[in-house]
Amino acid sequence: MNFDVNKIRKDFPILGREIHGKPLVYFDNGATTQKPLCVLETIRDYYTLYNSSIHRGVHFLSEQSTEKYEHARDTVRKFINARSTNEIVFTSGATGSINAVAFSFGERYVSRDDEVIISEMEHHSNLVPWQMMCERKGAHLKVIPFNEQGILDLDWYRKAFTGKTRIVAVTHVSNSLGTVNPVAEMIQIAHQHGVPVLIDGAQAIQHGHVDVQQLDCDFYAFSGHKVYGPNGIGVLYGKEQWLYEMPPYQGGGDMVDCVTFEKTTYNELPLKFEAGTTDYTGAAGLETALEYISGTGLDRIAAWEKELLEYATSKLQSVDGLKIYGQAPEKISVISFLLSDIHQYDAGMVLDKLGIAVRTGSHCTQPVMDHYRISGTMRASMVFYNTKEEIDRLYDGLLRVRQMFGK
Amino acid sequence: MLSVNEVQDKIIKEFELFDDWLDKYNYLIELSNDLPVIAPEYKTSQHLIEGCQSRVWLLGELAGNRIRFTADSDAIITKGIISLLIRVLSDREPSEIIGADLYFIDRIGLRENLSPTRSNGLLAMLKQMKMYAVAYQAKLNR
Repeated sequence: MNFDVNKIRKDFPILGREIHGKPLVYFDNGATTQKPLCVLETIRDYYTLYNSSIHRGVHFLSEQSTEKYEHARDTVRKFINARSTNEIVFTSGATGSINAVAFSFGERYVSRDDEVIISEMEHHSNLVPWQMMCERKGAHLKVIPFNEQGILDLDWYRKAFTGKTRIVAVTHVSNSLGTVNPVAEMIQIAHQHGVPVLIDGAQAIQHGHVDVQQLDCDFYAFSGHKVYGPNGIGVLYGKEQWLYEMPPYQGGGDMVDCVTFEKTTYNELPLKFEAGTTDYTGAAGLETALEYISGTGLDRIAAWEKELLEYATSKLQSVDGLKIYGQAPEKISVISFLLSDIHQYDAGMVLDKLGIAVRTGSHCTQPVMDHYRISGTMRASMVFYNTKEEIDRLYDGLLRVRQMFGK
Repeated sequence: MLSVNEVQDKIIKEFELFDDWLDKYNYLIELSNDLPVIAPEYKTSQHLIEGCQSRVWLLGELAGNRIRFTADSDAIITKGIISLLIRVLSDREPSEIIGADLYFIDRIGLRENLSPTRSNGLLAMLKQMKMYAVAYQAKLNR
């Protein structure tokens, strides 16, 4: 396809680095993505020209800073097609967003013996917060299983609802298997039972269009740093009615309306959920990142990533003894794999010295590893700035690994 | 018997032969075969040092007034590094182990493997070796 990846790579200075004397191959995008120059410039400009604490400042800079922050909120709103900026809460990341919902929703709607449905392929960030809430409330987790290919069992899911089901929390895309879950259908099923759904979008937002109205999800969480934005900023989308009803998660400045020692009333949405000085420079950086990928074209990005996935899958499969974990037909450009019985840590260490960055271990999804009875995998997660030549380098590296460990 | 530091200096010399990282790893793979392997009956959760990346089993036994270490790991490079640690610290009196300053790790360029963030069980293993020494010293002094 006509996609000038080399031109795009120039926007990401770090990709030009050498590691151990070899050009970097960065295949750890599932953990965090690199930042284009425009994002770095936004942050630099912010601190050089506009830095001032947002909201309630009477002076010029504070107002300008507030405007930028609220402008970023509106850009996020448009990006995921939310109805109103009241539905966009800035958080510290997807983990922060999910913890906020697990706590606040739990406080308001969950009681003893109630049930929360999650899936077997959740990242620990969409598992532990619900587990903590269930422990606090005396509620239970129900876990949707997945099959050998890495596809969720929807028949099981359909039958899982009872009168005590309070919420479903499921990942849009699996970070360790790459599976794109049929979340629209899952949301529809939950809504037939009157149950709201939180979607963990941490691995989805950077790979294609997300339209929260079309999905009809009740909550959607994602991180800035996985979508080419800065670290420390994240987004929680929530339907206004839920956010309105839910109690605040953290107390502090900016989230209040009126404070006396007797009683505090809370600010309007979305500020009710934004206690303390938020990461407004991060919000501005995220805005630039979203504009950058919109400008590049989400369809073009998805098409190139699909091409990379297909190329990498067939190339890696041709390595003798290589097994891929997660073979769902609907997948993003993530490949988890093991090479014969070579330990992923051994292989990862050798690849590192060849300048190739992959992730090894359980990828914060220990239940997924338990499912396949393995201790971990290697994971190559590719995005639109990666190339087929880099996949060839990984292929060559794996041949080297196999030779070194005599398999 | 060579002192702790004499063994360390020997290892540093051995590694000076390699200027390529992969050669170093190849040597560690080779060394993994020399590891005095923990007996299967001790390869239990009681002797397991859980790391996020690789797992390590360690046993320290008293033979006379010296401590003898045996170990294992599920990752081969980790096993190679363990075999170096054992070469330096095993069959020694507790006081030697407690007082040992392991500078060779840094000098042969493997420090990253003993960083707390790596979570491969090696740092915890080193602590465990010292703990064995402290415990056995107390026992011997009784």
